[in-house]
Parts: sequence; structure tokens; C-alpha cells
Amino acid sequence: MRDFLRPIFVLAWKDVLLELRTKDVVTTVLMFALLSMVTFNFAFSPSPDVVALVTPGILWVAFTFAGILGFNRAFALEKENGNLEGLLLCPVSRDVIYFGKLAGIFTFMAVMEALLVPFFAILYNLPVLDPKLLVVAALATLGFSGVGALFSAIAVNTRSREIMLPVLLLPVASPVVIAAVEATRAILDGASWGDVGRWLQLLTAFDVIFLILSAFVFGAVLEE
Amino acid sequence: MQGLAKSYGDRPVLRDLALEVAWGQRFVLFGGNGSGKTTLMKCLAGLARPDAGSIAIAGLEGQRQGAELRRCLGVVSHQPLLYEDLTGAENLRFYGRMYGVPELESRIALVGEQLKATRYLSARVRTLSHGMKKRLSLARALLHDPPVLLLDEPESGLDQEALELMDALLQSSEQARTVLMTTHNLERGLALADQAGILAGGRIAYQASTASLEATEFRRRFRRYLEVAP
Repeated sequence: MRDFLRPIFVLAWKDVLLELRTKDVVTTVLMFALLSMVTFNFAFSPSPDVVALVTPGILWVAFTFAGILGFNRAFALEKENGNLEGLLLCPVSRDVIYFGKLAGIFTFMAVMEALLVPFFAILYNLPVLDPKLLVVAALATLGFSGVGALFSAIAVNTRSREIMLPVLLLPVASPVVIAAVEATRAILDGASWGDVGRWLQLLTAFDVIFLILSAFVFGAVLEE
Repeated sequence: MQGLAKSYGDRPVLRDLALEVAWGQRFVLFGGNGSGKTTLMKCLAGLARPDAGSIAIAGLEGQRQGAELRRCLGVVSHQPLLYEDLTGAENLRFYGRMYGVPELESRIALVGEQLKATRYLSARVRTLSHGMKKRLSLARALLHDPPVLLLDEPESGLDQEALELMDALLQSSEQARTVLMTTHNLERGLALADQAGILAGGRIAYQASTASLEATEFRRRFRRYLEVAP
């Protein structure tokens, strides 16, 4: 197990280190997400009823599109200097590479969400310090990152990868986004664990199915 | 390797290629542009899947024992396989950890010293010249002390000092390795090789021991195969 987890951690840490060096993605993505939230705030009158209705959608639209910007970068940097070949030469299985990239993407999205949620809470005056929301965010981010890692590996070999990635990703990831929006809405309305249970089940099922499928397919995607 | 075949679309690049390199030997492969040298190297390194045929290196089969086989290989390709925004040392540390290299820091220091690349290790790769990157690329390939080296035109971009260092490393009797190298440089290639071969028409068209080989004769044959290759 240690032999399996160690290269995953090494690969994820390399991606974090690269991002700390360049800050390319964090800067772009945070600006994009902040602008989205602020723009939506001006687009409607934020009365309590309207806020309860639309803010879960705003939050997850910002996360989703900001995530896509990050996913594009995740494999683009592996294409520079043939680094993807370097990874494929390492004595690890292809699914280790998948889970390593997934761990890097998940970390990036989690940091981005942690930075954006306080801003969101202040902007819309919402109680976001709820453990249920944390579980929903973790499950949705894991599923979205899992599918994102696979599709960014596919899109990176296409000529117009920035366009191709959302076209491929969003239809497949829509169950995660829908479940996350619905669960967030219920939690902000004061729902109990039992009330959001079915959404949590859906997110968990999606995560399990897509992580296994993606890890299985990933090796074939990387082959020339 | 036996019966190796690889096509890109309807263009065959390797056709029923067979080659055996004895343990500890240096085999240098020559071939014109587009003759399939890089494709052959990619198949051997597990970066491209052959359409037919089998590959075994150090007793390990490529199809079934990929990860173990890759641990035996040090590969230098046309690209440096280094992250531009990491330093040379960080790149080597990353690859060393991926390969599970023991006593990594001392190993990095050793290969850095062997290739006289120590002073580049603290610089970001982005700031280095092509030749410096190539030295680091060689260091990356040697870091896990692989018994087999696959070198695809490794001399491109290297200065004279680096070429001599590389030759010395490849010819070192202390660290005998099996080497398969492609090059366009006949003189250097023949000087390094125990065996030399010509890849033409997707096959090993000619193969001989350099001990029994006249350079002028090899050059004549090479030109002839370049002319007749499809």
C-alpha cells in the first residue's frame, strides 16, 4: 500500500510545488471566480428569498468553471518538454499517475474553495460554517476532480483543448454539479443530515463509479 | 525483440523487426531521417505500443511486466523531460522519488558530479541552455543506476566536454551497462559501439560487430541503404 501511495503523494506534491512557483492557475482562477460572484451579486436584488434560491447555483458555477481553468493547466504542463513521457517512463502503474494527478487537482480545488467560500459568505450573508456543507464540497470536488483529471488528459492531445475540455467534461460531470447545488440549497435552508442523505448518496456513488472507471480508462488514454 | 511492427495510420514504420543485444554490449543504430529509430526507442521504452511482435529486456516482457521493466531503463529522448519551473535538483529529486532511489541526495550529487552539472542543479531549468538541459536529462536517465540505457540521439546539443563525459560514462568498465543508442554521427557511434546496425525499410538491414568492421565499408553500406530504403 505504501508503494502505491508514495508516488501518488510525490506526483501531487510536484504539482503543488510547480503552482507555488508560478501561481499561474491560482491567480487566474481566483480572479475568475471572484468576478463571477460579484457579477451575479449585481445581476439581481439580493433579498433573502432570492439569495436562498440562486446562491447555491452561483457558488457551484464559480467552482465548476474555475475548476475547468485549472484542469486545462494540469496536463498542459505535462506536455511541455515531453514531461508526460517522463511520467510514463517511471516504474509505476498508469493508475498511480491518474491518482497522483487527481490528488494535485483536488488539492488545488480545495484550496480555491477554501479561499472563495468566506468571500461568498460575506457577499451574500450566508451561514456556510456547516459540517454538512464541508462533506458535500469534499464529495463533489472529489468527483469533479476525478472526471476532470481524465478528460484533461484526453483534451490535452487535441488542438483546441481549452474548448474541448468543457465540451467533454460538463455533460459527464453534470450529476455531480446538480447534486452539489441541490444539497447546498437544502443545507442553506437548514436541512438535517437525513434531508441531504440522498444527495450525499448520489455524490458518493458517482465518486466510486467514476474514480474506478477513470483509473481503468486512464492507461488507454495515455497510450500513443 | 522479435517480429516488431508499428504503423502510423497506413504508413508502416517498423516491419517484422528483430534485434538482440547481448547483456553489457553497446549497440549503436544508424538510420536516415524517418527510418523509425525514435519509434523503435519508444516501443522499447513502453511509450508506444507495437502493432505486432514482442519485446523482452533483462528477461522482463514489455506487455506483462511494464513497471519492473521501466525500472531497468534509463531513457534519453529528444526532449529533456524536465519541468521548466523546477530547479535541476528538484527535477532529479522528483524523478528519484518516483523511482524509489535510495540515498537520493547523495545519488543526485554523484550524477551531478559525473556530468559536471552540479552548478546547474540550483537553477530553474527554464533559465538553462539547451546543452545544460541535455546534461540534466542524462543525469535524470542515470539517476536510478539503470542496467539498460536507451539513448535517442543523445549527443544533440551537447558541447565537447559533455560528449567526452558521456562517452566515458558509457565506456566505463565499473558501470557496465547494456546500451542501445541511435545517432547520425557515424564516427562517434562506431567508436562507442560494440555492435552497429543500420535501420532501413523498417528492419535492421545490416548488423556487424565493430571489432570486425571497417568504418569506410560501414559508411558505404549506410549510404547504399539510405538510397534504397523506401
